Amino acid sequence: MREELVLRVGAKVLAPFIVAFALYVHFHGDYSPGGGFQAGVILVAAFVLLVLVYGLEAVQQVLPPRFVQACAAVGVLLYAGTGIVTMLLGANYLGYNVLAHDPEHGQHYGILLVEAGVLITVFGVMATIFYHLAGRGRSE
Amino acid sequence: METATDIVLLALLAATAVGLVRIRNLFAVVMLAGIYSLLSAGLFTVLDAVDVAFTEAAVGAGISTVLFLGALALVGHREKKPTRTGRMQVLPLAVVLITGAALVYGTMDLPPFGDAANPVHHRVADHYLEETYHEIGVPNVVTAVLASYRGYDTMGETTVVFAAAVGVMLLLGGGARRRRGGAAPASESESE
Repeated sequence: MREELVLRVGAKVLAPFIVAFALYVHFHGDYSPGGGFQAGVILVAAFVLLVLVYGLEAVQQVLPPRFVQACAAVGVLLYAGTGIVTMLLGANYLGYNVLAHDPEHGQHYGILLVEAGVLITVFGVMATIFYHLAGRGRSE
Repeated sequence: METATDIVLLALLAATAVGLVRIRNLFAVVMLAGIYSLLSAGLFTVLDAVDVAFTEAAVGAGISTVLFLGALALVGHREKKPTRTGRMQVLPLAVVLITGAALVYGTMDLPPFGDAANPVHHRVADHYLEETYHEIGVPNVVTAVLASYRGYDTMGETTVVFAAAVGVMLLLGGGARRRRGGAAPASESESE
């Protein structure tokens, strides 16, 4: 598939728009359907498309397997860490009200932070699973 | 109109499910599974559960299909013929029929579908719908419930997703990397 000019150019054009759409789904999740989980999956879809057209090795140079594995853990830590920060600020675990000067803004920041944690974890996990499935056959 | 859409979607779902069971070509099965997810997403949209529909379309129809195709590349795309054919399988049929009958019997105790007086709409749902805008300041109630009111649950789910990656890495990763030790240069030259 690597010789197909239309596919190569098409994938290259589409990928940044898919990434932008993922970010839109994430940051607009407060107002419209979507959120961290869906955004993470859409973000992975951009890289899956690139793997299908350009091959696993080329994409892994941009997005190394160790990086996506770290992402899977960092997202969970970001989520749990948000809870610890709110505890240190004197509220309950994951009680976002204290994150800003007034509770409503605090809730906004808190939701954005934990959704970012979900996004990073889902992105890292899906990419890790995909790398393992796609890379296993060719090493033998 | 909505009833007609429901009937069409459910009929297509049933037809896809029968196709999934009967077809032996696993490539076609994976495609049908994606179609099944997309039809479910349509059904969720009819039920006004757009967040769920979004997830189903992205995960079920999108990423799952790609992951299944990746697995098919490893195991081949023909399903083996069943070892015992032609004979009526009495025991499995009985198990399926009895379980199905028990499930149908169970639905008789459920409250009527879509009734506003159902208990599920009157515990915390009222509070979420009325107070979200004052307490959280977010128009999308689903996001508010997911990330704030039910933040613990979502954290647990994120951890489960993380555990899935750890499981896949343990099952597929370790052995392959050890074996790859000598073969890595070969796979690199193959890509040139």
